[in-house]
Amino acid sequence: MTAFYGVELPTAFMLGTAQYPSPAILGAAFRESAASVATVSVRREAAGAQAGEGFWRLIRDLGVHVLPNTAGCHSPSEAITTAKMARELFETDWIKLEVIGHSDSLQPDPFGLVEAAASLCRDGFKVFPYTTEDLVLADRLLDAGCEVLMPWGAPIGTGLGLVNPYGLRSLRAQYPDVPMVIDAGLGLPSQAAQAMEMGFDAVLLNTAVAKAGDPAAMATAFAKAIEAGKLARNADPMDPRDMAAPSTPLIGKAFLQ
Amino acid sequence: MKISINGIAKDVTSTSLEAVLHEAGYGDARVATAVNGNFVPVGQRASCQIEAGDQLEIVAPRQGG
Repeated sequence: MTAFYGVELPTAFMLGTAQYPSPAILGAAFRESAASVATVSVRREAAGAQAGEGFWRLIRDLGVHVLPNTAGCHSPSEAITTAKMARELFETDWIKLEVIGHSDSLQPDPFGLVEAAASLCRDGFKVFPYTTEDLVLADRLLDAGCEVLMPWGAPIGTGLGLVNPYGLRSLRAQYPDVPMVIDAGLGLPSQAAQAMEMGFDAVLLNTAVAKAGDPAAMATAFAKAIEAGKLARNADPMDPRDMAAPSTPLIGKAFLQ
Repeated sequence: MKISINGIAKDVTSTSLEAVLHEAGYGDARVATAVNGNFVPVGQRASCQIEAGDQLEIVAPRQGG
């Protein structure tokens, strides 16, 4: 089992907590899928609202690991301050680091991401950087002190699946010992299975579950696909080939006119 | 003095961040704070002096992906 900053997770499923129809459905999605990590965020609180306390109780009761994010941050300083506020609120030094560089694709800003990651790692954070499949960027993030990488499957919220399998395979092959999570862009369980079959260590998603007609059922479907993909990877899949090869032996076939 | 709390202009008389939080109605809410873009830990709120024109951000746990 892969360890993330020394923590061995019971399942390879990381699930977001946003966009569910209700808190009860959010809870059901986690319970029925056995997702082992919940991603969360920090947002402005109105005086007297106490909304944060209620949400925090809900998450604590799930009994999962909490991974706060810096979603929506577009500069290193903004992400660093957000990470520090999240560490205090959620009492964890894990941080899913997002530094967005492009508004339409929500593609990470590679320069800002490395700068923020280096600062946070120096400050004791355990950084989970939301990155692309770029090999050079991966190298810089590891140099900055990151011990986990989270390459995107596709832009956040698109549900397109793994849009650059070649790039992701290259990244996986280049750093075989670095724990990696496919984060964002998945829409269907089969895509999660594909990620695990490629050798990634976990999958993180939100919209595909929260926006499904039945989020709890979809979360369960993703959980089964992730487990299936992991089993398949460990079972050492066959190599594909271009020409057909009969699976039924030809020897002993009846000679018929 | 006039300050900004979560982007909204507000008049306060308190001078420490801790006192401003109480004056603004946050009481003992589970929040994290930043002043002018810099994080201020819970343990430093009492000694953090607020001045006119300061921009406070007060955040709490929320759903995220």
